[in-house]
Amino acid sequence: MNDIVWIIVEAVAKVLFLVLILQLTAAATVYLERKISAFIQIRVGPNRVGPWGTLQPFADVLKLFLKEDIVPKAADKFFHSLAPIISLGIALAVWAVIPFGDYFMIGDRKIMLGVAPDVNIGVLYVLAMTSLGVYGITLAGWSSNSKYSLLGGLRSSAQMISYELSMGLSLLAVVMMASSFSLNDIVAIQEGWGGWKWNIFLQPVGFFIFLTAAFAETNRAPFDLPEAEPELVGGFNTEYSGMKFGMFFLAEYANVATSSALISLIYLGGWALPFSPEAIGMQEGSILFALLQTLVFVLKVIFMIFFFVWVRWSIPRFRYDQLMYLGWKVLLPLSLLNALVTAAVIVFAI
Amino acid sequence: MIEEYLPLIIMLVLGFGVAVLFLYLAEWLGARRTTHGKQTTYESGMEPLGTARDRFSIKFYMVAVSFIVFDIEVVFMYPWAVQVGELGLVAFWTMTVFMLILFAGYFYELKKGGFEWD
Amino acid sequence: MSLSVLLFGILSILAVASALITVISKHPVRSAISLVFHFFMLAGLYLTLNAQFIAAIQVLVYAGAIMVLVIFVIMLLNLENENKLKSKYNILQWSAFLLGLGLVFLLGVTYLSTGTGLQFAPEIAANNSTAQALGKALFEGYIFPIEAIGILLTGAIVGAIVLAKKKLS
Repeated sequence: MNDIVWIIVEAVAKVLFLVLILQLTAAATVYLERKISAFIQIRVGPNRVGPWGTLQPFADVLKLFLKEDIVPKAADKFFHSLAPIISLGIALAVWAVIPFGDYFMIGDRKIMLGVAPDVNIGVLYVLAMTSLGVYGITLAGWSSNSKYSLLGGLRSSAQMISYELSMGLSLLAVVMMASSFSLNDIVAIQEGWGGWKWNIFLQPVGFFIFLTAAFAETNRAPFDLPEAEPELVGGFNTEYSGMKFGMFFLAEYANVATSSALISLIYLGGWALPFSPEAIGMQEGSILFALLQTLVFVLKVIFMIFFFVWVRWSIPRFRYDQLMYLGWKVLLPLSLLNALVTAAVIVFAI
Repeated sequence: MIEEYLPLIIMLVLGFGVAVLFLYLAEWLGARRTTHGKQTTYESGMEPLGTARDRFSIKFYMVAVSFIVFDIEVVFMYPWAVQVGELGLVAFWTMTVFMLILFAGYFYELKKGGFEWD
Repeated sequence: MSLSVLLFGILSILAVASALITVISKHPVRSAISLVFHFFMLAGLYLTLNAQFIAAIQVLVYAGAIMVLVIFVIMLLNLENENKLKSKYNILQWSAFLLGLGLVFLLGVTYLSTGTGLQFAPEIAANNSTAQALGKALFEGYIFPIEAIGILLTGAIVGAIVLAKKKLS
């Protein structure tokens, strides 16, 4: 029983820390997006609140909290409030299985870097949570009882379920190589060879498919049709204001961070270092070495977030029929073929 | 065994808890000056015509059905994928035939224009 | 009381409550969403039985795919209120009630005839319900059923297209 109390204490502490970090990451991502897009368009970007405008996102969140929450008369009140809760709740909950590093020891207690990174269903959990994300957007569109919202919500959910298949199939090939659903095991097979064992080199097609699907799943440009301003105003969140809008906003940026973390874990080696801890005079399981792993992981995540922003401000939006064409006629058969070829290589060559 | 999954459940509960907390905070802190104009549905400045509760294109339904079918296919592939090596040749050819059967369905939908959006 | 029994208690109460809301609610979308919640609780129950793979698949397939289609259909047909349909389906409601009673009867008979009482054995499930164990069982004994499932799924695609295309023309 005492053991269980410790597990609960550790989990609650980790979860609260993680939720705080995620909010800060989302805020930092918003700042990065505004600053980078400004530089791409030869502007200055936010520069008034705090040094170089770094406090801008906090001011924005505070403003959103103080704004009036307007619910249209025609809307379904209950689902109008439930939709942002689903979106944000899921965006946070996905992080349960994401590892930030291997582990470190305090006495003889092994502390994993992550809430539950070792569970044997990690990849499936991520996919299941992504598939539930559809509800937040569909319900937001439907409950607002506005034509723009409904069309935005429908487009978005059809887009998300279309790309989920390719995402799942490209992950399938990685699962074959790792023989495990745990993200920690997937990182472990990429260790060694000085980085040449990263899945981006062994699964280039899968990487491309996953990357494309990740952009579609997060509703980011070039696949941001659900909120294509010229035709749908704000898409599914047209009728949202104040912090309810802010919750969708936070969820979107948390999802960008999630996708970046997944790409770096699954295809870019995650926290794996090219050398053993002994090589630089550290011990396996020491806090310092764990911090080094986390640092490497965080740098990769920041690069991927930068990549997400870079793409958004460089590539024009797809048309909806082009999006469906790409998802169903190109990526789906390609990812199926990729999985089959990977299986054939494993069965016949090894 | 369940201990391993307890952190997962705690994360889910607290994650949604934080989202609910945000909603209550916003309700508590937010301004409240409602007028009739604010509460009407947005329609580019016009009075809304009818409701949005209307029927829409069947294509969205087709996408959802195709998604379910292929999603279930992928689900059957997971238990095979985690042990491709150990299961060996028989399982490999079983799955190849399985995929080919489903590819026939995919090809039928493709030819019938189930993936067309125009 | 062990942890899994406690979790079982909480999850099953929530599962039964959400299932009741699904049946009683007159609002189709409310019914559908509480069914999604019910599937989530069911996945939690599978977790207490150590069937992690089944739990993940439960959420992935039922909550993430099938219920999305159900919501699409509710929105597509614009079913605002169940009351409009009520008079038409009176016979169906009664037969559903009778079938439900039959199911309770069957379960009761099975429960009484085995005479084992309430058993909670996550240890047994632990070895039989991992993805690996399921894969072994599937690909060593059930190759024909797998192919049959493939044919069934293809049939589902063909059926959906035939229905949708008829409506279009």
